[in-house]
Amino acid sequence: MKVVLVGGGKLAYYLSRVFAAKNHEVCIVSRDAEECQWLARNTRATVVCGDGSDPQILEQAGMRAASVVLAITPNDPDNLVVAQLAERRFGVPRRLALVNDPESETVFARLGVEAVSMTRVLSQLIEQKTEVSEITNLILVGEGKLNATQLDLPPDAPGVGQSLREIGLPENSLVAGIVREGEPIVPRGETVLAAGDRIVLITVPRNHGEVLRALMGVDA
Amino acid sequence: MARELFVVIVGCGRLGSHVANRLSASGHSVVAIDLQQSTFAALSPEFGGFRLEGDATELSVLTLARTERADVFIATTSDDNVNLMAAQIAQTFFDVPRVVARVFDPARESLYRELGVTPICPTTLAVDALLAFVPEVVEGGIDT
Repeated sequence: MKVVLVGGGKLAYYLSRVFAAKNHEVCIVSRDAEECQWLARNTRATVVCGDGSDPQILEQAGMRAASVVLAITPNDPDNLVVAQLAERRFGVPRRLALVNDPESETVFARLGVEAVSMTRVLSQLIEQKTEVSEITNLILVGEGKLNATQLDLPPDAPGVGQSLREIGLPENSLVAGIVREGEPIVPRGETVLAAGDRIVLITVPRNHGEVLRALMGVDA
Repeated sequence: MARELFVVIVGCGRLGSHVANRLSASGHSVVAIDLQQSTFAALSPEFGGFRLEGDATELSVLTLARTERADVFIATTSDDNVNLMAAQIAQTFFDVPRVVARVFDPARESLYRELGVTPICPTTLAVDALLAFVPEVVEGGIDT
């Protein structure tokens, strides 16, 4: 798979390492010439130096062959236009833009660009961490319409010793995966939860509290 | 004079301030928005509109500018992408009927049009004006 990262900095560096480790082809587009040289030396990515919202530069970056474009510059307008160009000019199937101003998330959504706000994700993570340490909000899909949450089941949790069927989670919720003593389990109805299980949970905001109560005995 | 218009202008640099001064002088209501208050010094002493310091790609700033009442929205900053984003917000969130934005890169003009924003490209305009000066070049090719 070919991934184009528009924007430099530490984020481009670490992301390119993640993608390269999975054998994806990565191209980084950055405006900063010095940074481009550094990225070219320190990553396996192809580096194109230039304005990532310039169609000609994107052409050079091989945008036509890209499966994924991540617009990760510190400027929201640049990220918006990169994603729009990727869709309209180059037909890139998957596009994700970083928004720096959490308010921009609504704007991007309305303009048809999928966006993620680091500020919001971080603040929600911190909020969750400080409330109940066994519960970690992993990701929010579609502006928080769907939540992925990680739970570490303490021994006294009401879910321990019961099968998922017995617990009877509400509609639109799912225990998607369990890590038990380092081993992954994709659970079924008869899977019985044990103390110390690390659970990946999918919920919607409406049933999030109810599901947490059923499994952990706490409110979100 | 035709009906009085309410115009929101983003960017109060050379172009933005000039347009704001002209529109205000012809009796239209104008709101000029710029990141930096110092740029408002370019507005003429007769400028009768409002000055708003802020980032026009933020919904709250455009709300403060009462963009929902605007007949015309003009984005004139020196950053093409800021202009395109602000213009799209004006059009999508505030239903402004006429939205125009400056674009420096002629290669981006078509993207603006596709997204419903009328582009004004200084380079294209200059080229047209220069070629109009020698019309025979454009019409029939060079006649030798």
